[in-house]
Amino acid sequence: MSKSINIINSTVVPVNIENIDTDQIIPARFLKATSRDGFGKNLFRDWRFNNDDEQQPKEDFVMNNPAYKGKIMVAARNFGCGSSREHAAWAIKDAGFDVVVSSFFADIFRNNSLNNFLLPVQVSESFLAQLFEAVARDPETAIEVNLEQQTITIVATGAQESFEINSYKKTCLLNGYDDIDYLLSMRNEIEAFETARP
Amino acid sequence: MGKTLFDKIWEKHVVRQIDGGPAVLYIDKHFIHEVTSPQAFKGLEQRGMKVLRPQQVVATADHNVPTLQQHLPIKDELSRNQVQQLIENCKKHDIELYGLGHPFQGIVHVIGPELGITQPGMTIVCGDSHTSTHGAFGSIAFGIGTSEVEMVMATQCLMQSKPKLMRINVEGSLNKGVVSKDIILYIIAQISASGATGYFVEFAGSAIRALSMEARMTICNMSIEMGARGGMIAPDDITFDYIKGRLFAPGAAKWERKLAAWKELYSDADATFDKEINLNAADIEPMITYGTNPGMGMGVTARIPAENEVEEKEKPSFLKSLNYMGLQPGTVIKGKKVDYVFIGSCTNSRIEDLRLVASFVKGRKKADGVQVWIVPGSKQVEKQAIAEGIDKVFEEAGFQLRQPGCSACLAMNEDKIPAGKYCISTSNRNFEGRQGQNARTLLASPLTAAVAAITGEIADVRDYL
Repeated sequence: MSKSINIINSTVVPVNIENIDTDQIIPARFLKATSRDGFGKNLFRDWRFNNDDEQQPKEDFVMNNPAYKGKIMVAARNFGCGSSREHAAWAIKDAGFDVVVSSFFADIFRNNSLNNFLLPVQVSESFLAQLFEAVARDPETAIEVNLEQQTITIVATGAQESFEINSYKKTCLLNGYDDIDYLLSMRNEIEAFETARP
Repeated sequence: MGKTLFDKIWEKHVVRQIDGGPAVLYIDKHFIHEVTSPQAFKGLEQRGMKVLRPQQVVATADHNVPTLQQHLPIKDELSRNQVQQLIENCKKHDIELYGLGHPFQGIVHVIGPELGITQPGMTIVCGDSHTSTHGAFGSIAFGIGTSEVEMVMATQCLMQSKPKLMRINVEGSLNKGVVSKDIILYIIAQISASGATGYFVEFAGSAIRALSMEARMTICNMSIEMGARGGMIAPDDITFDYIKGRLFAPGAAKWERKLAAWKELYSDADATFDKEINLNAADIEPMITYGTNPGMGMGVTARIPAENEVEEKEKPSFLKSLNYMGLQPGTVIKGKKVDYVFIGSCTNSRIEDLRLVASFVKGRKKADGVQVWIVPGSKQVEKQAIAEGIDKVFEEAGFQLRQPGCSACLAMNEDKIPAGKYCISTSNRNFEGRQGQNARTLLASPLTAAVAAITGEIADVRDYL
């Protein structure tokens, strides 16, 4: 897992479907693994293949269209809803993505992504529509996501929007820190809290 | 200004508030299971650490376990390995495990409450989104990812931004044939599968207060299906009576002191919420879903929206969903044949659910061609069902009573619905492929599922009462 994120400039893979749940991102039958690795090959498994067969790709699914590739996934609203499985974030990251853009993320998925240095970028419905249009017109459309500046830009047109991220998480992502390091540094404070409880 | 139920519990658990960031929240109880814990244990071991407070962790095997012949080794190698790793990890870290063969084994969200582990005022987490179930006791309970499971194992704390707060009030009496599952399916249909994202929801109102603990758990369980971080209900005498005397409930020496603290857990009259929704219980009918997210639900006699009734930008997702389900826009779903009936899952597998189904099917037989699977939520539920003769009622009706586990709710074990088949299910998710690749799920209450088992089709339970 690549730690720390700042500027990502890439073409995108557009998945223009609403309410994508984590069962679609990584179906339950792949959750029997006991490591975090190798989930990328089963990302959107049942949308990519007929009959669970890699020899039978579904032609109409975007990930089977070689025109679309890159480190940024763009998806319609309410992305990552449903099951809390972190395997969904692992699968997306393992498949080579560093950013997911949507107009709306499910809460648990957002946390899981941030914990895996996969940046969820929430944009307005209108900017999302612009992104989908630009990419449909030209699959080579490059997008730049700048975490430091908190901006997302369609490079060719200069169309830009800023996105929110709390300053603590931003610092973590920019520097490759994770929450567990922070919490471990609080050991004494946590123990004092426990002792003081009624 | 008054405080909400949520605020009262949250404030007591904040160890530190990070400027411009989340709070460090102390966790009282941590439930774990075989699917979302192995990577967390591994991460902990890579850091050379042990679980900090093993006595605050409870483990069970539920997601992956077979529901027939549980005394035999698990056939599927990967499942067997995952369950075995849980056993080894719990041993290594001194964690209490209610694994296969243990009299307390069962679905994690069924066993916590029935053993008295789940109590008002607690913070409770588990690597499972339906952890919201425990909120029925007036606790802050929510699902987390595996990295967070590791954090709690290592530090008994979590980083959490305080969510916005919503209250949903349901007032009045329920109609005949309408149960708590219908209330929550109705709420989700009203506000959509993302209508509560970013919020923690308190369910209130006379219709909620009138419900049993089992029924309240069904409601809180599905909070996540409208996107909520969690759901909760203020504890009252129904809650206290349920807890009293259970194995891990406070004993006589502590009971009065605990009870006094629990009685303070309610939203003050002048507390304010970021959003408030008011609904009438009388408007709720027996519900059924027709699509591939839990927000696509309606009264069982209603018709699916026509294409021109759906917003333009939602049309592609709507049509994709109906295409998957093999259903037509604008049509009525009542009378549709079903192939499978699944009564189980952390939503509806408690003893009260089984009693409700048994009381309806007693003296009746299942329709030809329908497979009916009843999967109790725990060994305790199974034992109680047998003690009450409910197993005999099911047997005479031609239903199959299986052994406890998550089963066909997520089809991780062999309990899968075949491609293209329709399953009326008391579980919580109708996502594509949820119950098996290309399986078609119709979510409903145990009562509506029971009627479908007898008639072989989607029917209105009110016609049979």
